[in-house]
Amino acid sequence: MIIKDVVCPFCGCLCDDLEVEVDGQRVIRVQNGCALAESTFTGSNRLPAPIRRNAMGWEEISYDDAISDAADILLSADRPLLYGWSSTHGETQSCGVHIAELIGGVIDNTSTVCHGPSILAIQEVGHPGCTLGQVKNRADVIVYWGCNPAEAHPRHMSRYTTFATGFFVPEARHGRTVIVVDTRRTESAEIADEFIRIERGGDYEVLSALRAIVQGKSSIIPSEVAGVSREQLIRVSEICKKAKFGAIFFGLGLTMSAGKYKNVRNAIELTDELNRHTKFTISPLRGHSNVYGSNEVFTWITGYPYAVDFARGIAFYNPGETTAVDILQRGECDAALIVASDPGAHFPHSAAAHLAKIPTILIDPHQTATTPLCRLQIPCTMTGIDAEGTAYRMDGVPIRYKKIIESSYPDDAYLLRRIHDRIREVQGA
Amino acid sequence: MTELLVKNACVIDPLNRISMEIMDLPIRDGRIVESVSSVADVIDAQGCLTLPGGIDSHSHVCGTKVNFGRYMSPEDMRAGRTARRGKMHVTSGYYVPTTFGNSYRYSTMGYTTVLEGAMAPLEARHTHEEFTATPHQDMMANTLFDGNWAIMEAVQKHDVRKAAAIVAWTLSAVKGYSIKLTNPGGTEAWGWGEDVSSVHEQVPNFNVTPAEIITTMIQANELLHLPHSVHLHCNNLGKPGNFQTTLETFDLVPDSNNGRQTLYATHVQFHAYGGTTWQNINSKAEEISRSVNAKPQIVMDMGQIMFGRTMTMTADGPMEFNLYRLHHNKWSNHDVELETGSGIIPVLYSKKSLVNCVMWAIGLELALLTKNPYQCLLATDNPNGAPFVKYPEIIGLLMSKRYRDEECATLHSGTGQRTVISSIDREMDWNEIAIMTRAGQAKALGIITQGKGHLGLGAEADVAIYPIRCRDVDPSTEYRKVTEGFQKTMYTIKRGRVIARNGEVIVEGANSTFWVNPSVPEEINVADDPEFVKKFKEYYTVRMSNYPVQDVYLPRGKCIRTEAMR
Repeated sequence: MIIKDVVCPFCGCLCDDLEVEVDGQRVIRVQNGCALAESTFTGSNRLPAPIRRNAMGWEEISYDDAISDAADILLSADRPLLYGWSSTHGETQSCGVHIAELIGGVIDNTSTVCHGPSILAIQEVGHPGCTLGQVKNRADVIVYWGCNPAEAHPRHMSRYTTFATGFFVPEARHGRTVIVVDTRRTESAEIADEFIRIERGGDYEVLSALRAIVQGKSSIIPSEVAGVSREQLIRVSEICKKAKFGAIFFGLGLTMSAGKYKNVRNAIELTDELNRHTKFTISPLRGHSNVYGSNEVFTWITGYPYAVDFARGIAFYNPGETTAVDILQRGECDAALIVASDPGAHFPHSAAAHLAKIPTILIDPHQTATTPLCRLQIPCTMTGIDAEGTAYRMDGVPIRYKKIIESSYPDDAYLLRRIHDRIREVQGA
Repeated sequence: MTELLVKNACVIDPLNRISMEIMDLPIRDGRIVESVSSVADVIDAQGCLTLPGGIDSHSHVCGTKVNFGRYMSPEDMRAGRTARRGKMHVTSGYYVPTTFGNSYRYSTMGYTTVLEGAMAPLEARHTHEEFTATPHQDMMANTLFDGNWAIMEAVQKHDVRKAAAIVAWTLSAVKGYSIKLTNPGGTEAWGWGEDVSSVHEQVPNFNVTPAEIITTMIQANELLHLPHSVHLHCNNLGKPGNFQTTLETFDLVPDSNNGRQTLYATHVQFHAYGGTTWQNINSKAEEISRSVNAKPQIVMDMGQIMFGRTMTMTADGPMEFNLYRLHHNKWSNHDVELETGSGIIPVLYSKKSLVNCVMWAIGLELALLTKNPYQCLLATDNPNGAPFVKYPEIIGLLMSKRYRDEECATLHSGTGQRTVISSIDREMDWNEIAIMTRAGQAKALGIITQGKGHLGLGAEADVAIYPIRCRDVDPSTEYRKVTEGFQKTMYTIKRGRVIARNGEVIVEGANSTFWVNPSVPEEINVADDPEFVKKFKEYYTVRMSNYPVQDVYLPRGKCIRTEAMR
């Protein structure tokens, strides 16, 4: 059977035009998707049943036992951490927040290790953005800063920006000027009209120089800024000012290099400045398919996009203190629930090591680098493959994942609802 | 079967011409009935003011830009927070509270129905998700068409039927309620960093004017027999001298519906400015209300501002950028492909600012100078003019000349010369307040037939009982009793169930979402129009099959079907 207009659950592009051929419970062919999409749909390594660690190693247990164990671990913890949430749908995220609220825990999502600094910058200066179709239909200048979409978001350029045919850009690539800014010559840089190579850690300086030039102060710019010549900076500023519609996209090269959120703030303020001359937007390239959804869901329930601490009863937010990595590195939490993410692969060693010391529960379809760190793993459906639900694209557009195969796995939202109800039951008694 | 009897209620129900009558309200299975059995639960209202549940006909509480307002404002989240308590979830925020925060505060103020002021069709799913998390109010969504490419093409071809067919398809796809035009044409121009400055200026690339968009959409709206009229945020919001644009817009509106207005003009305070600069801005409320008094086809809401901090958020992207250049505060913008725009900026309305004082006066003047309270409804464009928790103070100001005078004495000394507020003696009565906050709102939205806005037989039992003995209170002098009384109900009843008591929400919510599904003749259905389908495929970044909002997003959706062109 061929299913059309399938939504890819891999990255924040959430391409919704895939054609997937399924045979029973197996995906046998993926069309329109990138290589990452294909491996997402055809990948294996699903954990067959809940497993619990005992003195001898792992034992398989029933879902009922696993749910009750998970509830017990969370109930007996003083400072539980609930982390992850980016590769699942909104209902699961919402259940997670309500559990954290119930047990006075800390809930954080993967923004903490990707675009958390972007959120801090936005909270200081705002965010002039747009949906991706606005870029596709109008943008004649596109800037990729500190990111490599050719490899990390392979269809971003073909579907939404550089190579896409837009209403006001009918000639697609020929109607657009592409600027890539990075510390190394990436695949993306190869197709740029203008490649700005910055010395490592020089983003803030280069952004400041561009802002000064856009403000008409080019005379104060030295002959070279962080390895970039004054001539190139002036040339690029002119390209931007003369654009009819310019769009900046940025990635972890900006958020996680020296300067962190200050870099992003500077980039946003450059965008503000350019809006006094023409139309310009800026947008983070979000990684996990539904990481933006976790920010949205957390925000409408708690008021904050990530790093929410319910220990005081109210929702408290202080990134650096209430962020997952910091809590783990301080050895502060005494139990953890990890859902739909892989901190074993992405966290600093010291943070991951603490997960192994405490009772850690993992709800995830696959055996991952986090599996060896945990005490209990409960396998569930994989959102976008055997479960449906809401995801928010990197630009905020909400899209509904399809369920393309039937499976016997329970939905992670169902598991969390049961854990939630069990906790309430015990607390009530 | 559940039964409830509200005894000794001092009822004001303008639509049924009941004014301060002490009576009983029998309720069965969520509706007002003739009588109930002796086993019914009983609430003693003790002669206190009892009104139909409050209705907000223009408020921004759910969806992409509201949530972005929260996202970018941890400082506001800290400004209002409550812990989990009983059935109540944690809440955060003062001017852009979390969804539960909004829902609890509206509930304790006696509000049971809210129209979300602006929903971008492409992002409708988000609005509906937040509706579900705003559990105690029945919700409905104004759906944005101001910069819709397909609509502008139909307008350009003078094809009203085509415009109507696009509206019909879109409303049913995104489960929207009504047509919203925000700065029509201007949001498309903002795609290039531009704006339109009059109703007769051409929209770049589309060869149409705002006036043409407005008049065509009014015709399409009436062709589709939509319950609500076109809901318009006029061009040139917040610019000195914009009252001319507003008057020109009002002059475009025919009287084409016997049951309600033909145009709902929202937050008119922001559109009633004289002068040419911020230095000489002055009130043109008299001109605007004179026009409305002569045109029964127009209903407006005040768009009152109140002093203090709040957040402005609107689909009007270019306006927000202008505001950013004035305030230099943080600025967010979010253009939506082929449809509309949006912007967000925090503001502080200060009594030290002459401009802010003039704005404050204009909102009140509009209400007090409009003869028929059904034509000027109470709203702040929440949270743009003020968070809705300020409504009780506005009621107090409308009912008491003394309160207004006391406030005026604290304003910038130049206010008197620029406004007429201090020369207006009118004091509104309880009945007029009931009209401006429920009966008029229900009529304007076209939901009286859904049992909203009144307490007659068969009405939905949405009831607010306030701790105010209105027969013994003189609002003119005892306005503090009025403002305090309207802040917190003794009981808020939603569909026959007590949801809030003395400021506490006591049950889980079970709201409904109203949406409209207009049926159009097969031959003009755009879903089968190859041109429409082709353009959708080429220019949107989501597939047409993934665009419609699935039923699962409206767990208690209430579909209103209309028959067009029959």
